[in-house]
Amino acid sequence: MRWETMLAAVLIAAFIVFSILSPYFLNVDTLSDATFNFTERAIVALPLALLIIAGEIDISVAAIIALASVAMGLASAQGVGTSGLVAIGLGTGLLAGCVNGALVTIGRVPSIVATIGTMTLFRGAAYAVLGDRVLKDYPDSFAIFGQGYLVGPISIELALFTLFAILFGVFLHRTRWGRVTFAVGANPVASRYSGIAVNRYRFALFALTGLFSGAAAVLLTSRLGSTRPSIAQGWELEIISMVILGGVSVWGGKGSILGVVLAALVFGLTTFGLGLMNIPGIVLSIFTGLLLILVVAVPALVNRR
Amino acid sequence: MSVAIRRIPDSARRDVAFAALTLALFLAVTLAFPGFATPRSVAGLLDDTAILIMLALGQMLVIMGRGIDLSIAANLALCGMMAALFNRAWPGMGVAPVLALSLIAGGLLGACNGLLVWKLRLPPIVVTLGTMSIYRGAIYLLSRGAWVNENEMSREFLAFPRGQFLGVSVLSWISLAVAAAFIFAMQRSKTARDLYAAGGNPEAANYSGIDPGRMQFLAYTICGAIAGLCGYLWVARFAVAYTDIALGFELSVIAACLIGGVAISGGAGTASGVVLGCLFIGIIRSSLPLVGISVFWQMFINGAVILVAVLLSARQRQFKRTILEARA
Repeated sequence: MRWETMLAAVLIAAFIVFSILSPYFLNVDTLSDATFNFTERAIVALPLALLIIAGEIDISVAAIIALASVAMGLASAQGVGTSGLVAIGLGTGLLAGCVNGALVTIGRVPSIVATIGTMTLFRGAAYAVLGDRVLKDYPDSFAIFGQGYLVGPISIELALFTLFAILFGVFLHRTRWGRVTFAVGANPVASRYSGIAVNRYRFALFALTGLFSGAAAVLLTSRLGSTRPSIAQGWELEIISMVILGGVSVWGGKGSILGVVLAALVFGLTTFGLGLMNIPGIVLSIFTGLLLILVVAVPALVNRR
Repeated sequence: MSVAIRRIPDSARRDVAFAALTLALFLAVTLAFPGFATPRSVAGLLDDTAILIMLALGQMLVIMGRGIDLSIAANLALCGMMAALFNRAWPGMGVAPVLALSLIAGGLLGACNGLLVWKLRLPPIVVTLGTMSIYRGAIYLLSRGAWVNENEMSREFLAFPRGQFLGVSVLSWISLAVAAAFIFAMQRSKTARDLYAAGGNPEAANYSGIDPGRMQFLAYTICGAIAGLCGYLWVARFAVAYTDIALGFELSVIAACLIGGVAISGGAGTASGVVLGCLFIGIIRSSLPLVGISVFWQMFINGAVILVAVLLSARQRQFKRTILEARA
């Protein structure tokens, strides 16, 4: 059975169980609310999936979100308008991603080490600038990204995530560059021999991941309406879990966008459903942890025979 | 084995240079602020750094064997909670059973990681990401989300790590003993040399009769036992246990290893380097308020130090992994 099929089965099972257990679950507005607790993370999970398929990793994504949020907060305090804030958020993310890319390609530092370093640096910069202050002077119109709805119960966040998921799916599974991603992850040396500019491609993926972390920062900051240096703390490992849960191999060269999207839905729905039944998210983390080990253990056990 | 033998002078040179740098930093701060070098202040510095030193040494073993332990802080928190709950249930039993419990529980949690990595050959980062979540969740189930506060802990339980001997806390003495044992064993014991070989070149190690998987299992178990011990010490030192203690600390511990010169690709690193790395972080942390820089700069400085350290060590092994891409 394909991993995606299994995730879909888990998703349907969770749906049925929660609608039986809680009378409030099966309601369009409730479900629409439920999407808010995973869309921002899922938007970062998409480019991160490409990065992991290409054999790299980025631990600094949550720190980039914090840095971009602080940049937007400071700009907003100076009177910058909504469109300017979005540009600053995206720009900060892109720049931070380029720093990661440069460290890995030009500095030749292994990506896990480089991004643990930049994670500390970016999050540290957020703390250094803000200390224990909170920034919350955002213009009213800025709230639209994280709090607005496109049509009916479909939030702008959900619409953006859907759009990005389709774009990433097409990119990875239908274009030449998608094939390149798999090739680089499966065998970078062979890819280099076949004329792929491996390092340039890696750099671009790090920049892309930074850009989308910036986008997540715009959405999260807009939804919360405030910035603290601890914003999105601990999200890096949650986002990586989401990607691996989606069946992406940490050895590189394997994975699908559909899997990542399903994993994000499973993650979001179960957190929300358990919340409805007054079970805190931390209990779910046991389930997530087991699933995470299962996704790598099952193929290992099958291959051994 | 020639790999391991050739590495010793390199790493020794790095350690000496780093020791000189740490000492220079210490002297510079002391020159500007004579109060910094008083025995009391140095003892405080040691006390603040003690837990980080022990955890980083445990993590060093794992990274040396080409693994990584992201569950180290969750392991610490779970064992800390177990210790606190045990003490609450049997306050009269004193510290010895608490110490044994946290060491054994931590070792078993570490062994779970090790078994999955060794027997099933699962990627260490995924295994420990998974157990990290599981261990955190287990704390909640165990404590039902409640805190164990100072007034629920026995006096011996709280006093043990804070006890003073020759002006230095027991916590610091434990850390110094662990550091000394590591520095000695990493050079002298056959097992440690096997670990260097297994991490440096698993295939070659395998041919010379060393099972790299078994070495990883050992590293995870020792790392877990240290994390468990630190769990009790942490809870007693801060006089509180709850689900989220040491949240995110795993990445700080790994960062300390990187500053201390442990190579993420395995097989390279020294215990003295790691101890120096932790002291370096500790000196910066305790001198920032003196120099008049907000403590909020600490993390930023750590980040800069990590990047400088890894960029320097990346330059040394230019053509190791990426001969082809180097010219791209």
